[in-house]
Amino acid sequence: MTIVFYVAGAVATVSTALMITRLHAVHALLYLIVSLLAVSVVFYTLGAPFIAALEVIIYAGAIMVLFVFVVMLLNLGEQAARAERALLKPSMWTGPLILAAILMAEFVCLLTAGSSGRFGGAMIGPRGVGASLFGPYLIGVELASMLLLGGLVGAYHLGYRKTPKPEVG
Amino acid sequence: MEMVPIRDGFILAGALFALGLIGVLVRRNVIFILMSLEVMLNAAGLAFVVAGARWGQPDGQVVFLFILAMAAAEVSVGLALVLELYHQYQSLDTDAASRMKG
Repeated sequence: MTIVFYVAGAVATVSTALMITRLHAVHALLYLIVSLLAVSVVFYTLGAPFIAALEVIIYAGAIMVLFVFVVMLLNLGEQAARAERALLKPSMWTGPLILAAILMAEFVCLLTAGSSGRFGGAMIGPRGVGASLFGPYLIGVELASMLLLGGLVGAYHLGYRKTPKPEVG
Repeated sequence: MEMVPIRDGFILAGALFALGLIGVLVRRNVIFILMSLEVMLNAAGLAFVVAGARWGQPDGQVVFLFILAMAAAEVSVGLALVLELYHQYQSLDTDAASRMKG
């Protein structure tokens, strides 16, 4: 079981190293998503299945969608189609594909291992996390909600485009 | 079935954090800097989860949830700033915005 941790950790490190050396943002995003998925597997091997699911849903799902959206928004232009054809060359996505295939093999191994696939430590599921989150850490939840509200208002204010006023004669 | 030693978990978190720090220091593209920041936040959360798993307490996972909320707020404001920077300078280079204008 610990071998899963080491393989996933190696995949995370390699894909992060490849991420910071890519020239184009889309290729870097592919490697970053693979890195986040690998860290999610690491979380599972550490006995945190709830955090592993949140890592996939929120980090690799929501936050990366924001990144992809902004990268594609800045990419618009007359040569965008030519650029996309160059971006999606097979040599560009085989690297992330191989790393993701390693993670997929680990996933299948964990599923088929059955009871012998359990890790040594105590697994802390969503129940324990929730009881702690809404018990002693309730003030932190309130502060996080205020932070998210601040982020929402800030992003709305920054993204607001003032429409030019019509000339009044 | 033995547990993953805490030292190896911290080595992984430290390696990911160092890679993110190198990305922030080396790259000049704002999008790459934001992505490297995400990697650094993720590595910090990984260290918390490793420590929480070592003592079998949920506190590490709770702190990771807070880091997750903070990263979501940070990235929404940061990407709005990236769009603003691009509209101002038609470039994503941080050196284009090295001078403040009142």
